[in-house]
Amino acid sequence: MPAVSKGDGMRGLAVFISDIRNCKSKEAEIKRINKELANIRSKFKGDKALDGYSKKKYVCKLLFIFLLGHDIDFGHMEAVNLLSSNKYTEKQIGYLFISVLVNSNSELIRLINNAIKNDLSSRNPTFMCLALHCIANVGSREMAEAFAGEIPRILVAGDTMDSVKQSAALCLLRLYKASPDLVLMGEWTSRVVHLLNDQHMRSILPLPHCLYPLDFNPSPPFLLQIVSSASTDLQDYTYYFVPAPWLSCKLLRLLQCYPPPEDGAVKGRLVECLETILNKAQEPPKSKKVQHSNAKNAILFEAISLIIHYDSEPNLLVRACNQLGQFLQHRETNLRYLALESMCTLASSEFSHEAVKTHIETVINALKTERDVSVRQRAADLLYAMCDRSNAKQIVAEMLSYLETADYSIREEMVLKVAILAEKYAVDYSWYVDTILNLIRIAGDYVSEEVWYRVIQIVINRDDVQGYAAKTVFEALQAPACHENMVKVGGYILGEFGNLIAGDPRSSPLVQFNLLHSKFHLCSVPTRALLLSAYIKFINLFPETKATIQEVLRSDSQIRNSDVELQQRAVEYLKLSSIASTDVLATVLEEMPPFPERESSILAKLKKKKGPGAVTVELEDGKERGELNGGGDRGGDASTPSPSADLLGLRSTAPVSGTTPSAGSLLVDVFSEAGPSATSAGVNDDGFLSSAPPTVASEDPAPPLPESDELLNKFVCKNNGVLFENQLLQIGIKSEYRQNLGRMYLFYGNKTSVQFVSFNTTVSCPGELQSHILQLEPLVEGGAQVQQVINIECLTDFIDAPLLNIKFRYGGALQNISLKLPVTINKFFQPTEMAAADFFQRWKQLSQPQQEAQKIFKASHGMDTEVLKAKLLGLGTALLENVDPNPENYVCAGVIQTKAQQVGCLLRLEPNAQAQVHTHKCILLDSMLIMCHQCKSILNSC
Amino acid sequence: TVWIRFILIQNRAGKTRLAKWYMQFDDDEKQKLIEEVHAVVTVRDAKHTNFVEFRNFKIIYRRYAGLYFCICVDVTDNNLAYLEGIHNFVEVLNEYFHNVCELDLVFNFYKVYTVVDEMFLAGEIRETSQTKVLKQLLMLQSLE
Repeated sequence: MPAVSKGDGMRGLAVFISDIRNCKSKEAEIKRINKELANIRSKFKGDKALDGYSKKKYVCKLLFIFLLGHDIDFGHMEAVNLLSSNKYTEKQIGYLFISVLVNSNSELIRLINNAIKNDLSSRNPTFMCLALHCIANVGSREMAEAFAGEIPRILVAGDTMDSVKQSAALCLLRLYKASPDLVLMGEWTSRVVHLLNDQHMRSILPLPHCLYPLDFNPSPPFLLQIVSSASTDLQDYTYYFVPAPWLSCKLLRLLQCYPPPEDGAVKGRLVECLETILNKAQEPPKSKKVQHSNAKNAILFEAISLIIHYDSEPNLLVRACNQLGQFLQHRETNLRYLALESMCTLASSEFSHEAVKTHIETVINALKTERDVSVRQRAADLLYAMCDRSNAKQIVAEMLSYLETADYSIREEMVLKVAILAEKYAVDYSWYVDTILNLIRIAGDYVSEEVWYRVIQIVINRDDVQGYAAKTVFEALQAPACHENMVKVGGYILGEFGNLIAGDPRSSPLVQFNLLHSKFHLCSVPTRALLLSAYIKFINLFPETKATIQEVLRSDSQIRNSDVELQQRAVEYLKLSSIASTDVLATVLEEMPPFPERESSILAKLKKKKGPGAVTVELEDGKERGELNGGGDRGGDASTPSPSADLLGLRSTAPVSGTTPSAGSLLVDVFSEAGPSATSAGVNDDGFLSSAPPTVASEDPAPPLPESDELLNKFVCKNNGVLFENQLLQIGIKSEYRQNLGRMYLFYGNKTSVQFVSFNTTVSCPGELQSHILQLEPLVEGGAQVQQVINIECLTDFIDAPLLNIKFRYGGALQNISLKLPVTINKFFQPTEMAAADFFQRWKQLSQPQQEAQKIFKASHGMDTEVLKAKLLGLGTALLENVDPNPENYVCAGVIQTKAQQVGCLLRLEPNAQAQVHTHKCILLDSMLIMCHQCKSILNSC
Repeated sequence: TVWIRFILIQNRAGKTRLAKWYMQFDDDEKQKLIEEVHAVVTVRDAKHTNFVEFRNFKIIYRRYAGLYFCICVDVTDNNLAYLEGIHNFVEVLNEYFHNVCELDLVFNFYKVYTVVDEMFLAGEIRETSQTKVLKQLLMLQSLE
């Protein structure tokens, strides 16, 4: 086979590249480059017209210089000229230059598009491919506009060569990704189906799934091709004795976009295919080369993914598990890694969970001995996924012992996993407490707030473990050096339950106090603040410690502490302890009430850290957590809807913990800040009966109330308020958002004196959001208020708000109400501060049409600066001061956090006082025009 | 949709021999990605896997002499298929350049782009048959 010689064709280029390579220093290189740039510039400017060859050579040199990392500010025109050459090599360099150095210089784009158009219609397959590759590489909106109509035609035309079709299909894909609105396959659908049903075409056409017609249904021959691909048609595609591995993987992956076939015969064929793949993987290798086994196993892993996707064939699932089990001890690290990864998903299937569990010893061994940290991490993931009641103690113990030597990079995640498993599978709570304290001992630095908050929540909610917890923390605190998190947990627990161990003279009140106080000086301010609260609790629990503790509080280092929080606590606690009567003290410093039932904050954190695969276990964990936490039947539920951050009152200015606001049925109490809006939402009063008249009420969720959209707008900039009210029911809402997660507390108030029965609520989310709703008791007593928690995760950008449907019977009549939950994309904004230069640089970069949206609208509610500012801040972005040269304008920046991506967003509002209109321009990294509408509605509602 | 985010060929010193981007990145970002990939890949040895987590993606890579061939894909993508995709590509280069070495990629950088476009396009695998790719490359080679 003839090979190309070095730099053949362009001697000058080869000489130049050699020169650069021989440069001894950066300076010499720059000098040589500048010399060359000057030379090229003079050639391009010279009187003598350059021939195609020279032009090609110089453009190629410019490209080389650019690829070395230097800026190129000329030569674009010459490159565009090359596009219209009829010599392949010249054209190729022209297209390459355009593809690599593309900038949206509109004038050139027009010329480039012209050249492309000519090549596409040239009927010369080589030129057509060059043009298609250029479109595929650039993929700009301008190109999509120009060619989205033309390319499908090339794709389906009978006389187009196969290789051109290949390029056309992928070119279309690129345009589809960049501008899905422009690629309309509608009229071509039937002809695309024709292509797909042709086995030969399917083998060579890498048609991506998003271009498949919506109603495409994989047919039996389609499936059969996966295994029968040894046919002569595919001889060119055999790779190390494996027939068409990439095609097989692609088809298997495609099937994962569809549910299992319903037709029994087709399903049977498919199962047969999958069995054949599993069988083939077991056959003795046809070659010792790693390429052979890799290609074969690529298909095997893809087939297993499909088996897991269907999750309906127990035999296949168990077989898959067994075959993966063989890989767990394979000498190829890659295979061990992939087997661990794949088994992790098998563990979540009820059919294969037990089969996965049989490999526990091997996996534990992998955790201990693998050299590659990523393999150890997969082993830890798998242990987590295979954990259940039967093996929890063993797995938690192994994970704890691994933590002692675990890599720093994965410690935090390991800690979360141990904490979750310990909580989830705790049969006795002493084991749980031991485990968490061990965690703190072994990896205290990696134990986040969520973890130690959680252990306290659980101890408070479970009175059977309180004495044990007090005893254990007391013992743990004996260690000369213990982690600050241990001090926090110890301080909190002894402050609440120290009395339970005070009978033992070895842990008498004074001993407990001295032990805690011996740690005080080594701790940070928040921990000291916590300890001070523990001390005041001690005064209540053990009057005999009062004098000692007052002495401590009175010392200059407390009462004159330079930290205002510590000083305040010392002063107030001292005063409280000296003037309050025992009764008052006992009331104020009462034991903490149980915490309300809710999703573990640890779990939320782990979900945030990891993709879905790693957290499969907790899908069914609602019930079990209920057991552990003892439920919320001890009352006080509605009283503490605050996030766990406030658990200890560390951040609140009121230092007295232990008192909770009354859980009165007056909704307004809960929404003190929402007072005014409660009246404004009163518009619903008369709308109620007409929206769900009892006579026609059906069991299907009602359509959303007509005013829901307006309600939605009200909540764009605020998180709390009254969502809905009629004669029967008031719904209040409090919500909080962090990154791509949101939590909503809904408060349903029964305004009547009659109970609501069959009270049931459901949330339906668009696919871009995921929600989890904790179900309520079906009875709501007259005058009562119940609280419901809804967790929301934003997977990707979305337009439609989730719908909340509420159904209940009031005096026998079915009430059926649907509302939009006020979840709008801006709730997931993270404000971003940036300097003016930075802002405008980004602003300019994001100049493609699909990245921006602009609206001019009437300022219907005036243009007061402060109001506008407040609204823009309410939107969730950072309001950037002194950035826009025009002081009248407002500019904002933020990042929308979704699970799939983070989308930066810049926004500028230009009020025009004379015309009383705003021009509002929003720049986004993605096509989310919805933002623009939202901004408008916010400002309109000013 | 799942697709290749970028393909990088780097040498051990971190010099880029090919960079092919299938996603919009600005120049600074590209430079950062190049440096990060180099940093995560070069610390790994033969006992490590050929896969490494990278931001929200993963890198599938393989080392040939002093060159690292890296493909950045979605975390759910098929590791072995891309690993062999790299090898298939390297075998084509080897055939096309007759025992390819790093210098071939330097002096013929503009041809390497052609080879890549024949085999990968728009972030997808375009053509995997070595016979077909080489036939096409030789045909192009013969054109003026």
